[in-house]
Amino acid sequence: MTAWLSPAAFEVLVAMLQALAILLGAVLLGAILTVVERRLLGLWQDRHGPNRVGPGGSLQLVADMLKIFFKEDWIPPFADRGPFVLAPAIAMASLLLSFLIIPLTPSWGVADWHIGLLFFLAMAGINVYAVLLGGWSSGNKYALLGAMRASAQTLSYEVFMGLALMGVVAMAGSFNLREIVAAQQGLWFIVPQFFGFATFLIAGIAVTHRHPFDQPEAEQELADGYHIEYAGMKFGMFFIGEYIGMVLVSALIVTLFLGGWQGPWLPPWLWFALKTLVFVLLFILLRAALPRPRYDAVMGFGWRVCLPLTLINLLVTGAVILLVAPP
Amino acid sequence: MEIAFYLSGLVAVLATLGVITHLNPVHAVLYLIVSLLAVAMVFFALGAPFAGALEIIIYAGAIMVLFVFVVMMLNLGERVVARERAWLRPRTWLGPALLAALLLVVLVAGVWRGEFGAVIAGEPLTAKAVGTTLFGPWLVGVELAALLLLAALVTASHVGRLPARPGERRP
Repeated sequence: MTAWLSPAAFEVLVAMLQALAILLGAVLLGAILTVVERRLLGLWQDRHGPNRVGPGGSLQLVADMLKIFFKEDWIPPFADRGPFVLAPAIAMASLLLSFLIIPLTPSWGVADWHIGLLFFLAMAGINVYAVLLGGWSSGNKYALLGAMRASAQTLSYEVFMGLALMGVVAMAGSFNLREIVAAQQGLWFIVPQFFGFATFLIAGIAVTHRHPFDQPEAEQELADGYHIEYAGMKFGMFFIGEYIGMVLVSALIVTLFLGGWQGPWLPPWLWFALKTLVFVLLFILLRAALPRPRYDAVMGFGWRVCLPLTLINLLVTGAVILLVAPP
Repeated sequence: MEIAFYLSGLVAVLATLGVITHLNPVHAVLYLIVSLLAVAMVFFALGAPFAGALEIIIYAGAIMVLFVFVVMMLNLGERVVARERAWLRPRTWLGPALLAALLLVVLVAGVWRGEFGAVIAGEPLTAKAVGTTLFGPWLVGVELAALLLLAALVTASHVGRLPARPGERRP
């Protein structure tokens, strides 16, 4: 042990390496999922999916990466350069930063803040700008329409996404995700907060623009929505950002409603990974199975069904907490 | 934490200047978002992470999105840029700027002579502390705000109602 490697410095180093590992892990997982999703969609829709590159299509990711890196990074002459370049960076960074607050195991995790959950909501709020700026700065009607749909949808669903989580916060008595996991020692919050869970799952899908809520990028009507003018790695960042959002929402659901790393027999990291995997697969299965609803139906569902449901859930939760344990 | 406070304060001031001087309305709104994020950072540096997070969620994440949304829908083009440029000629802004500078001198002098107050400690305030303060000594204020918001909600739902077509009865 050399002199400069004092215990405190060692701790900082370990924390930094953990943060780096989680960052790289999230990006890699997002990239791998792009291929896994296509294979699984093939399986569930009774077709093959990409199976040509490498044994069983296992090298498809490498081929995709090579292609996306070597494509011309084209910026349309009619685009507004600054926001156009900024948008994909916001799309990926805001979602990646949210991984800060998720405790993977008792010892793994980047930040341990008492405003943990609020940080995620803030990052989700900033993530809207990626779509909005990308769509506007492209100078394309389809892109603008897609951006408008996306931002209206995300705003509507973010309203009750926060409300859906407040039941969990009230029961755990903290915004800190580690304390929320600890509060689920006896009973996972999916049982007492089932409506919170259901609405958060819906809101999570809507905020990441995944399938039943992907009107912003509906191919049939909008060509490709807000990222129609993007090419090369800028498109790649939007694309992988979507999968990172999927992993993020799955990990958050696991942390908030399914007891995080807790579980018998298996080590904590394996429990966390397995539970997250189940929700990632659910996301993909939803895309394979469900048709795309009309846009006004999506908005109406959010405001007329989910918002009242979360408000009632919050009211009942508060009443029960006060009845069971008066302050 | 003092360095963080002064740096984010500087960013907030510069970004707000950008809001005023930029010709393109969308760019101006983007500067306003940066300014709000910088103010949130000021809250973090002061040890009020709860207020900082709410600043980002509500102002930067919800209200400004609506601003950007509306500005984009208006499709303001070259005409507006030209008008903004006309408004930014010195003879337009010199008078108000001089008066505002005078007020700034008064403000700085007042701050300089008075008590500096508490030093930035960076002692973080928890959400629970904020909540108990709001619903303890400030309960009347919270209730008044709730009343105001309810009135706004009723008004908004009335204004946003679709006009009834002839021959159709609406509840």
